[in-house]
Amino acid sequence: MAKEVLIEFQNISKTFGSIVANDKVCMDVMRGEILSVLGENGCGKTTLMNMLAGIYYPDGGRILIHGKEVTIHSPKDAFDQKIGMIHQHFKLIPVFTATENVVLGVKNGSRYNLKNAKKTIGEMCERYGFHIDPDKKIYEMSVSEKQTVEIIKVLYRGADILILDEPTAVLTPQEIEKLFAVLRAMRDDGKSIIIITHKLNEVMEISDRVSVLRKGHHIATIETKDTNVQELTEMMVGKKITLNIDREQVKDPADRLVINDLNCTNADGVKTLDHVSFVARSGEILGIAGIAGSGQKELLEAIAGLQKLDSGEIIFHRPKKDLPVSFFHKTFKQVTDLAAEGKFHYEDGTPVDLTGKSKKEIRSLVNDGKILFNEDEIMNLRDKTPLQIRELGVRLSFVPEDRLGMGLVGNMDIIDNMMLRSYRKGKSILVNRKRPESLADQVVKGLEVVTPDLHTPVRKLSGGNVQKVLVGREISSAPKVLMAAYPVRGLDINSSYLIYNLLSKQKEDGAAVIFVGEDLDVLLGLCDRILVLNAGRVTGIVDARSVTKEEIGFMMTKTGA
Amino acid sequence: MEQNKEPVSAPKQHRGLPFHIIKRVNIPIWKKITIYAVAIVGGLLLSSLICAGLAGKNPLDYFTYLFKGAFGTERKIWLMLLDAALLLGASMALIPAFKMRFWNLGGNGQMLVACLSAYSLSYFLGDKVPEWLLILLMFACSILSGIVWSLIPALFKAFFNTNETLFTLMMNYIATGIVLYCRASWITSGSAQFPTLTKGTLPEIYNNMLPTVAIFVLLTLFMFVYLKYSKHGYEISVVGESVNTAKYIGINVKKVIIRTMILSGAIAGLVGFILIARTGPGLSSDTPNNMGFTAIMTSWLANFSPLLLFLSCFFISFITRGMSQVQQGFGLTNNSIISIVTGLIYFCVIACSFFINYKIVFRKKEGK
Amino acid sequence: MLTNFLIGAIALGVVLLYGCLGETLMEKAGQLNLGIPGIMCMGTAGGCFGAAQYMNGLAAAEDAAWLPLILISICFSILFSVLTGLIYAFLTVTLRCNQNITGLAITTFGTGLSQFIMDPVYVPRDRFGAASALFAKGFVNDPDANGVLRIFFSHGVFVYLAIALAVLFAYVLKRTRLGLHLSAVGESPAVADAVGINVTAYKYGAILIGSAVAGFGGLFYTMDYLKGSWENASTIEAFGWLAIALVIFTLWRPNLSIFGSILFGALLIAAFVLGGSSSQKELLKLLPYVITVLVLVFTSIRNKKENQPPAHLGLNYFREER
Repeated sequence: MAKEVLIEFQNISKTFGSIVANDKVCMDVMRGEILSVLGENGCGKTTLMNMLAGIYYPDGGRILIHGKEVTIHSPKDAFDQKIGMIHQHFKLIPVFTATENVVLGVKNGSRYNLKNAKKTIGEMCERYGFHIDPDKKIYEMSVSEKQTVEIIKVLYRGADILILDEPTAVLTPQEIEKLFAVLRAMRDDGKSIIIITHKLNEVMEISDRVSVLRKGHHIATIETKDTNVQELTEMMVGKKITLNIDREQVKDPADRLVINDLNCTNADGVKTLDHVSFVARSGEILGIAGIAGSGQKELLEAIAGLQKLDSGEIIFHRPKKDLPVSFFHKTFKQVTDLAAEGKFHYEDGTPVDLTGKSKKEIRSLVNDGKILFNEDEIMNLRDKTPLQIRELGVRLSFVPEDRLGMGLVGNMDIIDNMMLRSYRKGKSILVNRKRPESLADQVVKGLEVVTPDLHTPVRKLSGGNVQKVLVGREISSAPKVLMAAYPVRGLDINSSYLIYNLLSKQKEDGAAVIFVGEDLDVLLGLCDRILVLNAGRVTGIVDARSVTKEEIGFMMTKTGA
Repeated sequence: MEQNKEPVSAPKQHRGLPFHIIKRVNIPIWKKITIYAVAIVGGLLLSSLICAGLAGKNPLDYFTYLFKGAFGTERKIWLMLLDAALLLGASMALIPAFKMRFWNLGGNGQMLVACLSAYSLSYFLGDKVPEWLLILLMFACSILSGIVWSLIPALFKAFFNTNETLFTLMMNYIATGIVLYCRASWITSGSAQFPTLTKGTLPEIYNNMLPTVAIFVLLTLFMFVYLKYSKHGYEISVVGESVNTAKYIGINVKKVIIRTMILSGAIAGLVGFILIARTGPGLSSDTPNNMGFTAIMTSWLANFSPLLLFLSCFFISFITRGMSQVQQGFGLTNNSIISIVTGLIYFCVIACSFFINYKIVFRKKEGK
Repeated sequence: MLTNFLIGAIALGVVLLYGCLGETLMEKAGQLNLGIPGIMCMGTAGGCFGAAQYMNGLAAAEDAAWLPLILISICFSILFSVLTGLIYAFLTVTLRCNQNITGLAITTFGTGLSQFIMDPVYVPRDRFGAASALFAKGFVNDPDANGVLRIFFSHGVFVYLAIALAVLFAYVLKRTRLGLHLSAVGESPAVADAVGINVTAYKYGAILIGSAVAGFGGLFYTMDYLKGSWENASTIEAFGWLAIALVIFTLWRPNLSIFGSILFGALLIAAFVLGGSSSQKELLKLLPYVITVLVLVFTSIRNKKENQPPAHLGLNYFREER
């Protein structure tokens, strides 16, 4: 089949402030092909496609369709050129139904008639093999259903060129297979499909050609069958990198966090956690896999004291056996009470009896470190607020998914963000910014955060640097439990590896690390054990060194108990 | 496939506007000041033309009168400073709330209930208790009633996330209604005014204005330190920027909302007390003189920073005082010209926030 | 007495209904406009200005005819409120300034300017008695007619116009493409933009039409309800705030607004009808505000998904936001 050139980019440039997103990019798209646009996060691939879709307008260069120059000022112009884009963050209105979303913005001269629209949608579904309930509200849909609505929306507008931005990021392996089948059906129907991605295996599997972008430059466009993963990786990152993550064997694991039968229901009455039980051990990384929205968020937030639970226990084991008692976490009364219960012993092993001893004597015994615990301390963290958990002396760190909306305050500078956890220290009513400042300095230097100075609001930093600030703060307290939700989302490869190494380091230092990830390769390479969540239930806890991706994918998606 | 193509020229023509708008990342401080200055001067020029046009006078006289009205005599300067100080107080009652993104439009009501309780004490107890005790009682009750009035919406916001914008606004009208009710039930003579009283007047120091000015200047400095350097202030900022972050680090958001609104109400109460007790107590439903609303503008103009408030409150008082002179000098009988001019200047300053946040970039010309 | 009470309730309700419809339209487009009180004042001033121009152009007040008077008033009212709305639209939509602050400035400006225009120098009101009689002319004008007939047919044209507009708005929002697009702009301008809906045009359209409609409220109140008298802008301002609250009460649905506003009208007029001492009247006058507060509290406690404000209400849209 003779391929004809459909779209040409000529010297397209785009800058945002001082950041050059695209620099004189030249490439083309053929009719009836699947083209992958490959590149790391921040390489400008989405920006380039956004210019084709009319979201941005290029600062320089031109776009040709069928050899004729076109100006695409708005998404509407793009539709007029039969171009439709499916964005990573779905552009759907939650309170509208599927049909309402599909017909939105379409002015085809006919009267507004939702019934006809539904019929057309039904026909399309049949043609390409979709399934969708046209009257379902978007907020009741799963991610995969929403994506289907997006594709229908674009087709309904008669698009011949479909751009999909990271379409597989939130899908299960099985859903990806279905999507790919649909895409092939559309290609065979004569449509051109552009997939923006950074996943090499998918590039190899689905695309006819691949264009590689790096730091805003077009590196090359090649036939997929003429290349391999290694070559593409080199083009993508510019230098050869090992895809292996250093993983130490687990040393002296001890139960750190015992989760017992957690149940949780959200505001809409949907069960988000369903009898979840597991143990997180010190010195290991426990990965949590699952489709987005399977209860990962609720689980971590429950442990962090941010989520109300219906039932269950969160038991923290504080390593105290044979360690001295201090007044740091215990009041004088607590010490005498615990002593009366026989919870302490002296260095020589004899039990502690404090009856008859004066306050002064007891104080000096404790302060000299003479009194030791018999066993680990056990405390239930359920229904404790984050503040109470802190006051109990539990060193629990949490890197939430929403960095600027939860973990950090975007408009505050690095110093003020450093003291979010620690500002309460001391009796003064004024805050002390000296210590946070030196911590900020350490983090910036230690993790190579790129920032003009410590007084820059964190929202002005790039994604990777924001994450470094957040992780830096969270590990600065030498946590006993470290939870991280999607810590590398949106980060480039180098930053991602830095984060992986930081997590591994925490594990080697004896922390119990809980890592929620979406990239199964990373989960398999980084974690020691993997827990799979599926619709709020634990469908498996497996050894990461022996399990396969397919097995995990199956556990993520199987239905019925 | 080779990518070496002929060098292409820039597109010949773009549909639409010859420029586009981009968001600024940073703006140098001098540029910011220039933009504000241009906006204010522009607003003043515009209003000078309108006033002079209406009166058929020389627009330059507008400025003469404006400055005469504000700085003409020592007394005028003091009056303006007094206005500015009271406005500072009213703004101070709003700023902590605004900092935590609590849209408190209820300044008027909070001040008014404070005025009412101070006045009623003087009205009923004026002859029965010694003056010092009366003033003390008035002080305490004003502050207390200011707190009550701000606490009601705060509690509902904290516990049910009730829309505070409209709630506080309605509280203004309820306060006004209560004042009118008191007037109707206390004053049986049918007079439409509360009598002016003499009991419960603060002792006159210097020109009777200096103490008020001093109090609110000190209060503003206190607020600056409170918001910027105290743990409470830090919590307010975190809650304002992101409730989720606040919860994540264990801040009790409800407590912060309630505590901050108590502070707000107390300051509004203090302003109410001074409005009543500075001169002989007199009361009308209009005693706060709409400062609750003006303060919203001054606070926003000052970007919620107590130090910049000195400027914005001073500026607004300057305009108001100056404008009454302009009105007199131009022979404009209609009082509302002051709100029109203030409104126009607001528009100019509001509009300049665009130029601070965004930048207009003209498309590159051909051949580049 | 009940008849008069209901007639009064409908009349005052219509004042609120206009404001509420205007604000509903804007809020559907994601614009929280706290300038409604100012816009209502400007609409009043404009309409009165037009009416005065017409009346004083006549040889005698008796020559006044219904249609030209109403048309001229409406045109001037629309002109004034739309110009005021245009300032708001330009500042918040084009220049993307803070909606709350801009709205408050509009209210300051609008109340002030309307007060200025209503000066007898610009709007002489000596013939307003005759003009207001025309404004208030209903189908049934005999005060002794059957009560039911009077409740439904004794009102001036603006009452029926308000109801018609409410029904029209309800239909447009619920059943037409235009309504779907408008809701989309208020729910998520980014989505609307992406499917080719001109967000700016919809926002401007909603603000300008909403302003025109809101402006009628004040005009009706002054020319019909108050028989052409004008004290100051603050009464209309208070109506404006209540109208904004009413939008929440009626869940952004124009058909519910009809009943909500008549209910509020009844509360407002209760003080005058129920009588009592002057102090009791003052307390009764508080009712609408207290009820509004209760409604705010009640809706916030119930918090149902379909009864939420437009998701992007009060936020400005900038396409290239990264």
